[in-house]
Amino acid sequence: MKRRGFLIVAGSLVPAIWAPARATPAEVAQAIKSVIGSTVPKPGRLKLDVPVLVENGNAVALSASIDALPGEVRAIHVFAEGNPLPRIGSFRFGPATGRPRIATRIRLATSQTVIAIAEMTDGTCYSDSVDLLVTLAACLE
Amino acid sequence: MMRVAACALMAAMGVPVAPISAQAAPPPRSGYTDASPATRAMQDDDSVNPAFLWVQQGETLWSTARDGGTSCAGCHGAPASMQGVAARYPAFDAARGRPVTLAQRIELCRTEHQGEERLDQDSETLLSLTALLGLQSRGMPVSVQQDGPMQPFHDEGARLYATQFGQLNLSCHQCHDELAGQTLAGSLIPQGHANGYPLYRLEWQSLGSLYRRIRNCLTGVRATPFAPDAPELIAIEIYLAGRGRGLVVETPAVRP
Amino acid sequence: MVRVLINVPKKAHRGEVIEIKVLISHPMESGQRRNEMGQPIPRDIIHSFRCTYNNQVVLEAELFPAVAANPFLSFFAVAEDTGTIVFAFTDDHGTEQVERAAIVIE
Ligand code: HEC
Ligand code: HEC
Repeated sequence: MKRRGFLIVAGSLVPAIWAPARATPAEVAQAIKSVIGSTVPKPGRLKLDVPVLVENGNAVALSASIDALPGEVRAIHVFAEGNPLPRIGSFRFGPATGRPRIATRIRLATSQTVIAIAEMTDGTCYSDSVDLLVTLAACLE
Repeated sequence: MMRVAACALMAAMGVPVAPISAQAAPPPRSGYTDASPATRAMQDDDSVNPAFLWVQQGETLWSTARDGGTSCAGCHGAPASMQGVAARYPAFDAARGRPVTLAQRIELCRTEHQGEERLDQDSETLLSLTALLGLQSRGMPVSVQQDGPMQPFHDEGARLYATQFGQLNLSCHQCHDELAGQTLAGSLIPQGHANGYPLYRLEWQSLGSLYRRIRNCLTGVRATPFAPDAPELIAIEIYLAGRGRGLVVETPAVRP
Repeated sequence: MVRVLINVPKKAHRGEVIEIKVLISHPMESGQRRNEMGQPIPRDIIHSFRCTYNNQVVLEAELFPAVAANPFLSFFAVAEDTGTIVFAFTDDHGTEQVERAAIVIE
């Protein structure tokens, strides 16, 4: 594995995973639209779990599950509205899925809102979101 | 954005330069206790702890022999034969007249018994093997000898721990005793114990050694870090183990 | 070949819902970082992951650079028959890696 590097910007040492850029609201809306089309997601049923206080944005535990039978759910999509690239992942279920739930670990560039959208087989969508605060680690190398 | 600068600045402003207090130290508090519930959950479940990717690699290395040579397993048997070993390292090596760390001990076996090349402390191979061996002592009390032939090294470690380093002129003691429990640029200052190494640090996105961790602290105070195998680091490691008496081995731990 | 840790129960009852956990040793280089010389570090991530149980899809994941290094995935399958759970994932070099786990229905 490679040692974490430093990014030299304007003479200062900036350890960075992400360029400081953050997607614009239009880019976020576009990213969501590219995945679910023009369907307007409803609140409810879907539950997104992310800690509201994040110790380090490099690896944030996330889980999303929906109160439905596995056969009723096509996919769960996850977006980070404050990352330079809003899409995090799309998780599609199949005939051998046992429960419409996924868990993973994600990167968050900064404090922001994380959004999950469940796409049902009947075409409806449900969404849930979490506003969270990302603190930064001190004393890097 | 300027995280290093922020760390340095806050440290400079927030630190009362207090003399080492004479009163009895509170019982040691592992960095695990100070970590967030999410970070603790990662350490609690081996199937979600990314450090186990290195443990798995360690198991492969342990049982693999190069070109008809002898594997670690060939001489030592199962990794379980190493139970309790990591808990007492660094240990005094009478033949060499000095303490050796666990990584150095493994290096001695690799170079002398297996004819392998010397490796860096933070090489994937040494991280994987130390993680595997550390795991064999998980849950056992840290029991690094502090007296007898180890006394002078412990004393040197204690002296270094109290020495102010870098442009910010801060000692380990000032941060990890005086300021432990307070926050520095948003993150909590732990007591700085060594009982979880090598560990998976979210900031590194990788497993790393205690010496890499100490190097980060020294860079944080704008000091020139010690050389990778410097005797100073070994002395500090010994002192940290004594200071953390009562803690158990957590290897491979997870920290922010 | 990268290291993979797969957690699947070795045995299950028919119809039982089982949790599958996967850890993959991969930097998930985001493509958003620069090196010491200020040059961009090329993106290198695992962008797709697929798990099947006796050839039936359990999960198909499309992953982006916001997935943490050493990616972790947990999801659920329904255990129907003795057989094989297959994990296949592909990185930005187009390399596909396949791992397998056996499961016995009692
Ligand atoms: C400016 C304050 C500061 C100084 C001085 C400092 N550290 Fe640290 N140290 C920290 C902080 C803050 C952390 C927590 C990690 C983080 O989030 O960056 C830490 C973490 C650690 C850890 C990891 C603990 C764990 O649970 O894994 C060790 C070990 C450590 N320090 C040792 C030292 C040693 C040895 C010295 C002296 C050479 C030292 N530190 C000097 C601030 C400091
Ligand atoms: C040819 C036999 C041989 C091989 C191969 C070998 N060792 Fe050893 N190892 C020894 C002997 C003998 C000792 C006792 C100390 C000494 O004389 O070096 C020892 C000691 C150790 C110790 C210290 C144990 C203690 O109780 O303090 C560790 C840890 C260790 N070996 C790890 C390893 C690892 C890891 C490998 C593979 C990379 C390995 N050894 C390969 C022979 C071997």
